[in-house]
Amino acid sequence: MTDTPANSAPAAAPTTLAQRIAARLGSKVVSATGSFDETTVEVLPENWLAVAQALRDEVEFHFEQCVDVCGVDYLGYGQTEWDTTDVSSTGFSRGVEGEGPGRFKWSNRPIVGAGHKRFAAVAHLLSIKNNQRVRIRCHAQDDALPVVPSLTGIWPGVNWFEREAFDLFGIVFEGHPDLRRILTDYGFVGHPFRKDFPLIGNVEVRYDEALGRVIYEPVTSVEPRVGVPRVVRDDSRYEQAQAESAAGMK
Amino acid sequence: MQEIKNYTINFGPQHPAAHGVLRLVLELDGEVIQRADPHVGLLHRGTEKLAESKPFNQSIGYMDRLDYVSMMCNEHAYVRAIETLLGIDAPVRAQYIRTMFDEITRILNHLMWIGSNALDLGAMAVFLYAFREREELMDCYEAVSGARMHATYYRPGGVYRDLPDRMPKYKESRWHKGRDLAQRNEWREGSMLDYLDAFTRDFPGKVDEYETLLTDNRIWKQRTVGIGVVPPEQALAWGMTGPMLRGSGIEWDLRKKQPYAMYHKMDFDIPVGVQGDCYDRYLVRVEEMRQSNRIIAQCVEWLKKNPGEVIARNFKVAPPKREEMKDDMEALIHHFKLFSEGYSVPAGETYAAVEAPKGEFGCYLISDGANKPFRCKLRAPGFAHLSSMDAIVRGHMLPDVVAMIGTYDVVFGEIDR
Repeated sequence: MTDTPANSAPAAAPTTLAQRIAARLGSKVVSATGSFDETTVEVLPENWLAVAQALRDEVEFHFEQCVDVCGVDYLGYGQTEWDTTDVSSTGFSRGVEGEGPGRFKWSNRPIVGAGHKRFAAVAHLLSIKNNQRVRIRCHAQDDALPVVPSLTGIWPGVNWFEREAFDLFGIVFEGHPDLRRILTDYGFVGHPFRKDFPLIGNVEVRYDEALGRVIYEPVTSVEPRVGVPRVVRDDSRYEQAQAESAAGMK
Repeated sequence: MQEIKNYTINFGPQHPAAHGVLRLVLELDGEVIQRADPHVGLLHRGTEKLAESKPFNQSIGYMDRLDYVSMMCNEHAYVRAIETLLGIDAPVRAQYIRTMFDEITRILNHLMWIGSNALDLGAMAVFLYAFREREELMDCYEAVSGARMHATYYRPGGVYRDLPDRMPKYKESRWHKGRDLAQRNEWREGSMLDYLDAFTRDFPGKVDEYETLLTDNRIWKQRTVGIGVVPPEQALAWGMTGPMLRGSGIEWDLRKKQPYAMYHKMDFDIPVGVQGDCYDRYLVRVEEMRQSNRIIAQCVEWLKKNPGEVIARNFKVAPPKREEMKDDMEALIHHFKLFSEGYSVPAGETYAAVEAPKGEFGCYLISDGANKPFRCKLRAPGFAHLSSMDAIVRGHMLPDVVAMIGTYDVVFGEIDR
């Protein structure tokens, strides 16, 4: 946005990909930003297909490939298990707080409140013709039943990627021709990559001599355990590095 | 009038040509495929979720275990993503070492591929020849990292340690002695770079050997020419990358188009196919081995002349030397904090892709500022390739499915993650 006036002779000609996308698609995108030489575009579900179609078909974008679609669960973003800034009368935090997936069993998983916009589908597009990449993200509006329109009509290759995001995060891709589980076991219950799904899992299998078959039971053989607590340290080095890269990128 | 129904068979997960644990449900009309439904996930280990539960550095080893025949390329994508977020760079020598080992890995992968694909299609000998050279390169892996396969050699900020100045030698035994032993140890007298130097001189002749076995082989051509044709538009639409895309005639290689490490300094060519069939992809991969060999030779030449640091001297990210730890308190603290808590990566997101032997291997990393990734999505090339199975094998014969699985170069470590 802070472009140098030296070579901006064609008045306000959008230069970066983010600016061009924002200029062309305008109200259809929530935001288009750049960082680390990468461009991220936020889109609402109702515009998801239109934006994707435009990014594929228009000459200046021409993203003929969708290399990746994945789900993200933003529950607990920025949450830590070990507070390194405050010291209380009893000393420093012992690093046993928090509700990370490594800490609980299925029965005492955190029950998610009404905080919204937990799930997002993120697609990475690649233009071979223009040699550029873009990342588009769409937050599902409802946490209880996250729904995002399916991109399969635009890039058939996203079929399995969307199945994976459905399997692991429970994001429903509306219009997907074959939305089955893909990576987890037949008959699996739950969506394992959600942040409220325990790392040790929910059930374990063993062969039962008496019944003569494999049975599923609640996990008993493993205790939830966290080796290294999650900790955020604000460090001036990183701020400096980011400032430098921002200055270098313009 | 007898009613004839389609016949459904299970191909795998225990079939030797299924390359691991692919369960392929095939609907057949006679011997013609009507529908193919690959069931994957039998090797799903939740690598991405495990990575979210550990400090950044502790997941490097998991990357080796994704595509377990192109180990260091996977590490490279992950390490590059972390470096981008941290805003650090590896020293030039480390970049050259990474470039060299990426190409060694490519040869390792393609040797594995040519051997197993030929074996699937009925040519036993190629496998034995390919594994001979694979062993020589495995020795490099072992010499540099201590492990033949799962190296965990790349680190954010460089590589774990410098190249060894000598190669391990064969010892005298009842089977190897005298002239035979001397011949086996001929390349191993000098450093690892000398060894690789000898290898790069020798290897093109070995590729010729594989080619005499296959390229003009009538049976090989009958099994691959015109089989599994992927038109370029289809290759793009299905998210294909790497040799699958180049086999269809699209000149796209991240090493040239979005260069990383030291590829911009390397002189090499990108082979492309014309027909987009299994035979073209075979030719592309064989030529890639020759090109990788060229790159290795260039890296060896540079590395011999330019000693230096191989990891950034940034003790928040990379450990200090052992000697420093012995007499410097600061170094000891850094070491302790690095190996217990790890380092916090500033909040942000990035997608780092490398041209892995199978295609584009990407790592999409979201950090919320903590010492563990918030989300680590690994984009495996084989996953996208295998998803096109149904569209491509429809109308082919049953044996062509085997040729197709072979040409996809599937490895379930990366597909199932």
